[in-house]
Order: sequence, then C-alpha cells, then structure tokens
Amino acid sequence: MNATNLFKIALKAIANNKMRSFLTMLGIIIGVASVITMLAIGQGSKQQIKQNIAEMGSNMIMVMPGADRGPGGARLSADAMQTLTIADYQSIVEQSKYLAAVSPNVSAAGQLIYGNYNYQTSVTGVSQGYLEIRQLKVESGEMFSETDIKTSSKVCVIGKTIVDELFPEGADPIGQVIRFKQIPMRVVGVLKSKGYNSMGMDQDAIVLAPYTTVMKRMLAQTYLSGIYASAITEEITQLAIADITEILRANHKLRAEDDDDFNIRSQEEISSMMTSTMGMLTMLLAAVAGISLVVGGIGIMNIMYVSVTERTREIGLRMSVGARGVDILSQFLIEAIMISVTGGVIGVMLGFGASMAVKTLAQWPVSVEMWTVVLAFVVCTITGVFFGWYPAKKAANLDPIEAIRYE
Amino acid sequence: MKPIIELEDIRREFVVGEEVVKALRGVTFTIHEGEFVTIMGTSGSGKSTLLNILGCLDSPTSGEYRLDGTPVRTMSKSQRAILRNRKIGFVFQNYNLLAKTTAVENVELPLMYNGAVSASERRERSIHALTRVGLGDRLNHKSNQMSGGQMQRVAIARALVNDPAVILADEATGNLDTRTSFEILVLFQELHREGRTIIFVTHNPEIAQYSSRNIVLRDGKIRDDTLNHTILDAARKLSELPVTDD
Repeated sequence: MNATNLFKIALKAIANNKMRSFLTMLGIIIGVASVITMLAIGQGSKQQIKQNIAEMGSNMIMVMPGADRGPGGARLSADAMQTLTIADYQSIVEQSKYLAAVSPNVSAAGQLIYGNYNYQTSVTGVSQGYLEIRQLKVESGEMFSETDIKTSSKVCVIGKTIVDELFPEGADPIGQVIRFKQIPMRVVGVLKSKGYNSMGMDQDAIVLAPYTTVMKRMLAQTYLSGIYASAITEEITQLAIADITEILRANHKLRAEDDDDFNIRSQEEISSMMTSTMGMLTMLLAAVAGISLVVGGIGIMNIMYVSVTERTREIGLRMSVGARGVDILSQFLIEAIMISVTGGVIGVMLGFGASMAVKTLAQWPVSVEMWTVVLAFVVCTITGVFFGWYPAKKAANLDPIEAIRYE
Repeated sequence: MKPIIELEDIRREFVVGEEVVKALRGVTFTIHEGEFVTIMGTSGSGKSTLLNILGCLDSPTSGEYRLDGTPVRTMSKSQRAILRNRKIGFVFQNYNLLAKTTAVENVELPLMYNGAVSASERRERSIHALTRVGLGDRLNHKSNQMSGGQMQRVAIARALVNDPAVILADEATGNLDTRTSFEILVLFQELHREGRTIIFVTHNPEIAQYSSRNIVLRDGKIRDDTLNHTILDAARKLSELPVTDD
C-alpha cells in the first residue's frame, strides 16, 4: 500500500459525499476565517498605535512635578506642583550622559490675535531641543535661537493650523507680529504639518516660544510644568530615567527615605502599555474565534464517527480484500486531515477577504501577518489528526467478519 | 496436483458468556489446485466459521491450516491481510461493491492495497478481468446502474484481478433469480475449466451437481466428502430454462 493510493481512496470518499464534506468543512472554514480576521484587526490596530506613539517623539522621556500618586490618589497641592525649576533643567543638560536633547516645558493659555482674526490656544515655552524631542521640523523661516532664549525675546514658531486661522488670506506669516495677551510676538518660523494624533488631537495647533519668554513675560512664574528629554537610543531609555532621577534627587536634596517629588514617564512605557492592552484584546478576540475552530474540529469528529458506522460494510470489504488495520486508519486520518486542511485553505482566503473588506468598508487598520496564516494551518492539521484519530482507530479495529456482514 | 488448502484437525471455539461453543470440532481435508468444491451445511453446521478460517479472516483455536503452502494459524492480523490480498478472491452473497463507484474502480480495489502494482498495470488488469466476466462494455457503469447479475460479475472480476490461489464464494447466487444464478454458475464452471481453484459455500444442494467435489458439514464435523464424477453442464441447463418474457 503506498501513500498515493491512500490519498486517492480518501479523495474518492470525500468526493462521494460532497455535501457532507463541505458542511463538515464549514466549521473549520468559519473558525479559521474568524481567527485570521480577528488577528488581522488586532495586529493592524497594534501597529497603528505603535506608529502613532512613535510620531509623538523620539525615545521621549517626560518629567512631571509632584509624586506619582496614581489614579485615585490625593489631589496634589499647588506647592507640590512647583518642584521643577530651571536649575533642574540646567543640571540635567549638564550632567546627563544619555540624552540627545532636553527641553523645559511651560504653557500659557490665551488668545492669539492677528488683524481681524483670533484663535484660542496656548503658547508652549520650550528650548530648541524640543524640535528633536517631538520630531518637529521647521518648514519655513527658522527656529528661535539661543540668544532669543537668553534675552526672553518676543518671538515664536507656529504650527500649520495657527497659520490657517490667523492668515486665511495666504499672507506669509514670517516676520509678521501677532499678539498674545497684549504681548506682540514676531513669527520667525512655521512648522511642518503633523496632522492629528491617535487621540484625535491637532498636532499643528501649537505655538512655540522661548521658555524664558513664557515664564517671565506671560506667566511670571519661576517653576516649570515639565521637562521633556529624548534618550539617545530606545535601549538606554531606562538608564536615562535612572540618571535623571539621581540628578533631580540630588538637586532637591531628598534623603534616601524620601519619595520622589517628581515623576518620570517614558514614551516606551506608554507604548508598551498601549500595545499590551491591545495585545490582550487581540488574544481575547482570537480565543473566541479559536473556540469556533475547536467546535469545527468536534464537527469533524462527529461526522467521521458517523461515517465509520455508516461505512462499516465498506471497511469490512476493504479488509477482506487485503487492507490492513493501519491502511484503514491512514485512510480515515487522511480524510479528516484533508477536510480540515482544505477547510483551512478556504478559511484563510475567506479571512483574508474579510480583513480586506473591513479595511475598505470600515476603514480600520488591518494587517494579515504570515504567522497567523501558518498558525491557522498548523492548528487545522492538528485538529484533523486529533479529532480524526478516534474515529479512524475505531474503523481500524473493526472485525472484518462482523463488518462485512453488518446491516 | 499441488495442494492449495490443507486443513489438519481444525477446531474453533467461541466463548459466549460462560459457555464454550464448539463451532468446528476437528475438520481435516485437502483441496488441490483446479478443484471446484462446494461446501454445504445447514445453519449452525459451522460452514460460516469454516469459510472465515479458509478466507484468513479468522484463526482456528487449534489445528493447522496451510494456504498454498503457507501456515496461517500463527500469523498476525496484518500478515493475514496481506495473505488475503495476494492469495484469496472473495465473492459475497450481497456483492459488496463500493457505492457510487464505477465497475473498473471496484475491480481495482484489491490492487490498490498492493503497492507493487502500478496504476497503469492496475487499470489494465482490471479491464482484463471485467472483459473476462463479460462486462468489457460496462467498465464505467457505476454500481447503482447495474443489475444484480452484473454486480455479481463485477464482484467475480474483483476476485480474479489479483490472480488468487483460491476463489471463495459465499452463497454467491443466493440473491439472484434462477436464470441469473445459472449464468453465474456457468461463469464459475468456465473458471474451473481454466484451472482455477474454487470453493463455493452454499446451502442449495442443486449447486453441488455442478461442482467437482462436495463437502457436507454437520455440527462442526465433516459428514460427507464425495467427488462428483458426473458434473452437470450449467450452460446446457441454462439453455433448457424456460424463457420468461413477462
């Protein structure tokens, strides 16, 4: 008995019962298609979130004032919010070895006015490093200079949305003076558009000014609302955080038993938190889809079992003309595997189609990855063997004498 | 003449509940090449058990059985399966053809389980066997498109296709009308004349007149074993049958 003949026999048996074989396959088809689609949607969302977070900045580290109380913690006093100062910023710039760029962050909310137009927004006080940290690029004009920071110059760099709101007639904003809280500011540069981020926030509705200008002229405050930094590489982000922590603790003269009076979060953390949540959701979806695959497998077992009983005479005949137990076992196993793998192939195609449909109709980010297809096939084959084994074994163990006379 | 089947004191016992049923109580005979033997007996005489043992579907409890020189009793199940595949051709009362399958594919079946036979040789030998039983023009008819007589011819072709040492027929005419029964009997007599060894198990005493030897079983023992010196010609009997045209 060779394998080719076994395949021919199994194929013939499937062909003789087209409708039943198809219905049996249906369970597998639906199972595989849903697993593929669910994983594709999950992977797609995950990729998009990753990409969005990457767009936020490069290896960004955010230092915020006040201890991290977590959700539901006591409200922080105003005093606790004032722990970060320019001195802290300067210490980090001077002492940290792992940072590519550092920038203070202060922000003043108010109305921008130019001629007849106005726009409600906030001015962010930063240093030049902010561009690198947030991956912003100046499209026209230039970034304000170190001298502008030292002299608290009344200059600003504005985003695309601001340009559209204040200069709807298409005038060149460079060199124009706009007013913010009665303070006239000269526009020195326009940022390249970044569009909306994953939270739906307009990343172009920003006005950047020297932090000294914002602190002294607009807010009249001595503390910072945060310090942003960018680690040299993603791998040393944790090292950089530890380094910053050490510098700030020394600056704030905290004793070993004192809690930090600031907290540091990294882009990496946000990213891994978001993706792990998404990953969990994907696994949940896939598990639900996987259950339908198992139900499909049980369907195969059920049908194979009925099929063995129904074909008892045929099995008896095959045995009497010389089929060994192992031949019968192989025949039924191959039948089960053929049904499940064929179902798997159709399921993969259907799942692929469904994913594309979701992508075009619902505009969801979708990504069918190779490993999900491989996984589906492996699971199908295992399903075939696992659920085909018992009925096949039953067929192989039939007594030919009884089987051939079975009514 | 070469002995094909040698039985020496074959006994077969079944345990049913607490009881031991002795189906065969010491059966000894030898069948030589070219014999056409009918085995007769009422139900309960042990002829089914004997047929199962002769067909290597079952093993005797004691005694020795040699098929074409090969001792069978100590063989494993798979070894017996291979032996059946090479040495035995079965013809059953209810034909046992595969459903929705063409005549030629049905006949190919035993050769499917013989890895030494190529696909083209398999097809060729099957066509040859079908032609031999007079169905050369119905190769691709499916089993449900054929009459009882035709189906039994396909079954005989299937029994011939592996060129067996012995053909075992179990009530092969039991489901057929008189005329068709004689047509099948004519075919068996032709195969006998060609030198085939045939064992025909039946409870119909009439058939014994057309075989060369008759063994009668009763209560698990041989009651009668006679050679038939005046074999009737089934073809002549067939031509004498009144033609029914209703």
